Amino acid sequence: MTLDICWPIGLMFSLVGAMLTVFGLVTRASEEMYKRSLDININLWWGLILLAFGGLMLFNAWKNSKKVK
Amino acid sequence: MPNITLGWMDYSIMLIYVGFVLGIGQALRKYMKSSNDFFMSGRSIPAWVTGLAFISANLGALELVGMAASGAKYGMMTCHFYWIGAILAMTFLAVFMMPFYYGSKARSVPEYLNMRFDGRVRCLNSISFAIMTVFASGISMNALAKLLNSLLGWNYHLSLWICSGVVLLYVLKGGLTSAIYTEVLQFFMIVLGFSPVVYLGLKDVGGWSVLKEKLAGVAQNPASIGVGEKSFQPDAWTGAWSPMIQGASSNPMGVDIFAMVFGLGFVLAFGYWCTNFLVVQRAMAAKDMSAARRTPLIGAIPKMFIPALVILPGMIAAGLAFTGKDGYRLPPKVIAESAYEKIIPAVKNAAATGLTGEAAVQEVAKAAGMKMIPAKVDEIIKAAPTLSDADIKGRVQNAVAENDYDGVILSLVKRYCPPGLLGLALTALLASFMSGMAGNVTAFNTIWTYDLYQAYIGRSKSDAHYMWMGRAATVIGILISIACAYFAAMYNNAMDVIQLVFGFVNAPLFATFLLGMFWKRITATGAFLGLLLGTITSAAFHALTLATGNAPGVKGGYVTVIQSFPSEMAQNFWLASFAFLTCLFLTTAISLVTKQTKTDSELTGLVYSLTPRIKSADEVWYMRPGIQAVALLAVCLVLNIIFF
Repeated sequence: MTLDICWPIGLMFSLVGAMLTVFGLVTRASEEMYKRSLDININLWWGLILLAFGGLMLFNAWKNSKKVK
Repeated sequence: MPNITLGWMDYSIMLIYVGFVLGIGQALRKYMKSSNDFFMSGRSIPAWVTGLAFISANLGALELVGMAASGAKYGMMTCHFYWIGAILAMTFLAVFMMPFYYGSKARSVPEYLNMRFDGRVRCLNSISFAIMTVFASGISMNALAKLLNSLLGWNYHLSLWICSGVVLLYVLKGGLTSAIYTEVLQFFMIVLGFSPVVYLGLKDVGGWSVLKEKLAGVAQNPASIGVGEKSFQPDAWTGAWSPMIQGASSNPMGVDIFAMVFGLGFVLAFGYWCTNFLVVQRAMAAKDMSAARRTPLIGAIPKMFIPALVILPGMIAAGLAFTGKDGYRLPPKVIAESAYEKIIPAVKNAAATGLTGEAAVQEVAKAAGMKMIPAKVDEIIKAAPTLSDADIKGRVQNAVAENDYDGVILSLVKRYCPPGLLGLALTALLASFMSGMAGNVTAFNTIWTYDLYQAYIGRSKSDAHYMWMGRAATVIGILISIACAYFAAMYNNAMDVIQLVFGFVNAPLFATFLLGMFWKRITATGAFLGLLLGTITSAAFHALTLATGNAPGVKGGYVTVIQSFPSEMAQNFWLASFAFLTCLFLTTAISLVTKQTKTDSELTGLVYSLTPRIKSADEVWYMRPGIQAVALLAVCLVLNIIFF
């Protein structure tokens, strides 16, 4: 048995997703910044999507580790 | 040159990525117990991981940059590099060829050639492959360092050495497994990093149907965005097949259906996907035969849809540039700093002597060495007395008429990404550069250690010795790559020449495999001479043909021109077809007049007719590779019909 790749993928995207979400929340008032992304707070929304993806991968990894035991 | 400025948030995302790839290497270190673990991941990886690594190894940064460029230049037809130019070959590899690669227990593609034919064929293939991989990674590293330099203002040498250093560290620690894992990570980075950019771009342009209208405008008047002089039917940028129906001259790629289907879809695609060790190595690392066969099939699923991520941005850019939305244009070619020494005096001189119109534009264009937009040059000359040198520089750069297609994808990233998302998109690009290098290096160290060192220099040494050699080859491979990067940076033509040589080597190769795997009568001498002469033929073909508009030289025709093609792409496709047929014919002819030295029992497991069929009856019907392959082809067919 080698390292399950779902762990690093899940951890990394959860971390980056959480950072983008928080960053999006903090900067939500800045119209100037989000003019580029067509007035969408893309950091917030995309951060949440990454968070969900990361969470899914972590859940998968956790499920796999239980199966092995 | 407008630089992109990164904030702390963007740098944090980059650092997190680097931290994770190094962490993966560190975590895998304890599993690297034998050379088998280091070079082949101990044949233990599940199919979905090898499947994603399989396409990810090919989805390097040059591919990302180049496909967006082609999307802007040629439109929808570029998708064939992903559809007919990949899916057919990938399913063929899975269903027909994988049983021999995986079942023969060969550790590399050249080793299979050694089993099927003899050491000569192996030697020819492994040397040319080893040289190609280090050059490929060198070219790509040079492109990366140049990009980071022009875009972010990072130091060229520092970027080159740091990125190489990171790759070196994680490959040394985790071997092929490290490379495969980071390729999968990179795959998700690219998908998740670029989809918001594509989404925003498509929304900005007004959706797919509006984009189609704008591209119809581009097709009828390509000169308006500087992508060509000749106008085409309205669907030339948005149809995958319809622009080819009236022949090569009715589409911007200059390719007809035969060259597309036979040249790209058959010869080039099968030559790459079925014989290139860089991708086949991923499948060989799978945990069992069933996983190995499923590797290309799983890879084919995302492969079909990747055009939406890499080609669509180029089409969006062309559409945006057509209407000039918010002043958007395709990025202009960058004028070298040294050229301004001539340009600024030329502008000032024109202003002082009252030179205007055509003559003035030509003076400035001559000084810059590029085509210029006349109206803008006129404006600059009129305003010149009141402008500072720096202002003139900026305006002249903006007046360049020629496009820098390779900058298309980044011009969109820059346009739509606020800080935060910007870091994510650039990290995706960085990731694809680094994992591309890791892929090449792991293929190189395996070929060197197994097919060259173990076969000719250090036979029957201990396993620990080969593992040490693999690590040493990793270091040497990266150092040679860096040297190649500097070489490519020094000579502008280096990249063209190298890609040309790749073409010569790759084009005939699939004929050797096809004949060898499916006809037991093919002899070693036939295969060796056929391959060698096929390669020479493609070089000769290149020396005698030329694409319209190119000067004889690196682009071909340097002996004499006996045939010319409407485009470089067409020349490549025909060259491949010609070399393939020559190799096919010569290998067959020479085999029939030479004696087969291998017995039937030696060829069992290596040739189709002498190998027992794999019984997949114990698998549920929908898991059988043949059934899955047919389903994939059906989906691909539907895509082709939708975007006909």
